[in-house]
Amino acid sequence: MFDVNTIRADFPILGRKVNGRPLVYFDNAATSQTPKQVIDAIVHYYSGYNANIHRGVHTLSQEATDKYEQAREKIKVHFNAAQSKEIIFTSGTTHGINLVANGYSSILKRGDEILVSAMEHHSNIVPWQMLAARTGAILKVIPMNTDGVLIMDEYEKLLSERTKLVFCNHVSNALGTINPIEEIIKKAHQVEAKVLIDGAQAAPHIKADLQALDVDFYTVSAHKMCGPTGIGILYGKEQWLNELPPYQGGGEMIAEVTFEKTTYADLPHKFEAGTPNICGGIAFGAALDYMNSIGFDDIATYENELLHYATQKLLGIEGLKIYGTAKHKTSVISFNIEGLHPYDIGTILDKLGIAVRTGHHCAQPIMDFYGIPGTVRASFAFYNMKTEIDTLVEGVRRAKDMLQ
Amino acid sequence: MGIKEIQQEIIDEFSMFDDWMQRYEYMIELGKSLPLIDEKYKTEDNIIKGCQSKVWVHAELDEDKLVFTADSDAIITKGIIAILIRAFSNQKPQDIIAADTGFIDEIGLKEHLSPTRANGLLSMIKQMKLYAVAYQTQLS
Repeated sequence: MFDVNTIRADFPILGRKVNGRPLVYFDNAATSQTPKQVIDAIVHYYSGYNANIHRGVHTLSQEATDKYEQAREKIKVHFNAAQSKEIIFTSGTTHGINLVANGYSSILKRGDEILVSAMEHHSNIVPWQMLAARTGAILKVIPMNTDGVLIMDEYEKLLSERTKLVFCNHVSNALGTINPIEEIIKKAHQVEAKVLIDGAQAAPHIKADLQALDVDFYTVSAHKMCGPTGIGILYGKEQWLNELPPYQGGGEMIAEVTFEKTTYADLPHKFEAGTPNICGGIAFGAALDYMNSIGFDDIATYENELLHYATQKLLGIEGLKIYGTAKHKTSVISFNIEGLHPYDIGTILDKLGIAVRTGHHCAQPIMDFYGIPGTVRASFAFYNMKTEIDTLVEGVRRAKDMLQ
Repeated sequence: MGIKEIQQEIIDEFSMFDDWMQRYEYMIELGKSLPLIDEKYKTEDNIIKGCQSKVWVHAELDEDKLVFTADSDAIITKGIIAILIRAFSNQKPQDIIAADTGFIDEIGLKEHLSPTRANGLLSMIKQMKLYAVAYQTQLS
């Protein structure tokens, strides 16, 4: 039974005050809060079996290795990957994207084409620009309409035998749009292009089935889904991961080293040079356990309720405009009030204990598309409440009164 | 009036407010009454980087004194600018260079001084001081 009060009791931070008022945390799309179950996993690791993994014969090392690999297995099961060696631990989504972009430097040729969607986060634009600059490949943009929905006809027109890679987020961080990635992947595969989906914003809300999607690469950050910062995964189909050269050299990623030649380790270790974020990986596993114990169906239903409630309430404020009005959205509302700067609204909301994000959300092309400097973004998680949305709406009204 | 006296005046004004609401309302008022900058100075070159809101600062000499005009697209930022201009504009470059900025802390705006704060108050102060250094060299 989904009970928000029981859930809230798991999150120590939700009890704190900001500027003398109870915290209302609506910056979940930037980072989610951490339940005590995950905090406990971190404490247990450091107080019980902190050791380096994969090379020690001693007990602690064995325990740490087992837990770390169990976490990989949990992630594999959660996202329904075919094999756990297709799950590469990374420092987060940005790392995963760079790993793939770097790998394709030696595969792409001049004149090859790369497609990115118009609603990407900078982390899914810049690495491809760098890749294009290194290889002479051409970067093309899949356009979107004013609702913040990709124009699929235009996407189809952009696809050709020159298209080698397609990059798109599963959910837009700035707009909340859930993109039709099944269709995007299917169409790309018809011209034998490979697809990387940035799942950072989707993973907290949608349980992606990677095999059913038939996606080539998928990236996730743990800190968006109740896990710690500095850990994430890159999923890649075994065949493609084998094709890519290693990203970083170091320990852990080798089979044999002489000064003449090094043979690389098998997947996933080939891409995991150096001592990994062991504790982070284990805590990521604990975060998935936690979210699955609540259930992604219940989470989605509840967050949808919050989204609709907040959308209606906010639209009751005169002059308020919501950016990103796709039919399929996660619980993200990006908005502006006519004549007011998002930064001013965010500053007043902070004074009222309400945490929102303001600015361009690392997606400047989207802001340019709408001709705005930025937006105020409120993003809801399953531990938020309707009463908190009331506080937000009241806060926005107050900010509006003060600023106008 | 010298920079120190003006700063003291600002501190006295802000000490009359009981809570953040009043302080911010006052800053918003200051922001609204900030004299307009000449549109021709709202150039890319005059934009201070590192601000979430856009901030333009222009400086020119009036005899031996430096006069600042500035603008922002955000009103609270404009209020902060208005306070800075009151404290530093129409002063000799050498005095601007030497001026202490501790009064920001005393008027309860310390949070805006953090280098991680996106409003760029620190960048604004740095930019004004840089102008002062540049014009000081010109004067001497």
